[in-house]
Amino acid sequence: MTTAETYVTAAYCVVFAGVLVYVVIMALKLQRLEREVDSLERAAHTAPEDERETIEVG
Amino acid sequence: MRTVFRLYRVPVPALAVASLVLMTAALTLVFYVAPNDANQGFSQRIFYFHVSIAFTAYACFAAGAWKALRYLWKRDQLADLESYVAVHQGVIFGTLVLLTGSIWAKISWGHWWLWGEDELVLFLVLFLFYCAYFMLRFSVDPGPQRANFSAVYALFGVVLIPVSFLAIRIAKSFVHPEVFTLHGPNFGGWILVTYCVAQAALLVFAHTLYRVELASKRLDARLRELRLA
Repeated sequence: MTTAETYVTAAYCVVFAGVLVYVVIMALKLQRLEREVDSLERAAHTAPEDERETIEVG
Repeated sequence: MRTVFRLYRVPVPALAVASLVLMTAALTLVFYVAPNDANQGFSQRIFYFHVSIAFTAYACFAAGAWKALRYLWKRDQLADLESYVAVHQGVIFGTLVLLTGSIWAKISWGHWWLWGEDELVLFLVLFLFYCAYFMLRFSVDPGPQRANFSAVYALFGVVLIPVSFLAIRIAKSFVHPEVFTLHGPNFGGWILVTYCVAQAALLVFAHTLYRVELASKRLDARLRELRLA
């Protein structure tokens, strides 16, 4: 591999690595959001079924 | 204008597929079809992605400024978020411009960086200006004040884009190649075709990333509201 080829390869690898890092960060963020949705879902399921105030009708 | 709105409705998976196809085509053209440059030889192949990424970064900053203007005009909270995401994308692509540019400078000029180069220094100033955008944004509590400060800052930054782009034409005492002149690009044939495909690939790819990041930011904001409710 010539010096020029090495540098060109390095430049394209830098672009690829940069994009890869960005995608990994986005994936981690989406994982966190998924965990938050899960915890909200659990909180919704564990809440008492009927918290409405009872009133007399009729 | 309608085309822009229609582009916004293109589903993200379709954009991702388009990015993949264009990126593959661009890399194939760069390494197998485009001829070697008469002066720089094989190393000139950095140009196709370096220049395309630079224009993509400019486009992101311009989009950020446009959304900032839209926020100040319409007071639309989504426009503030869109402006922030566009500036974030611009900084990511700006980092790649500086890194690929340094590698190209090393092989062409023998230096990683030349402080005497107006084009390089002005791009660095533009990049640092937008890096400071995040410091400003996150130093203010969330709310209208943060959105106002961010929008005004993003609008000021857009002035630096033509300065950075035209610096190469204003000064004459440097070695950075002049790619685009008033009479059009300084190249033709397969070099022009390869450049155009690479530019299209980078723009579509940037738009895909923008849409993904915007969707995650909006989801994050909605989840935060749900938690507070």
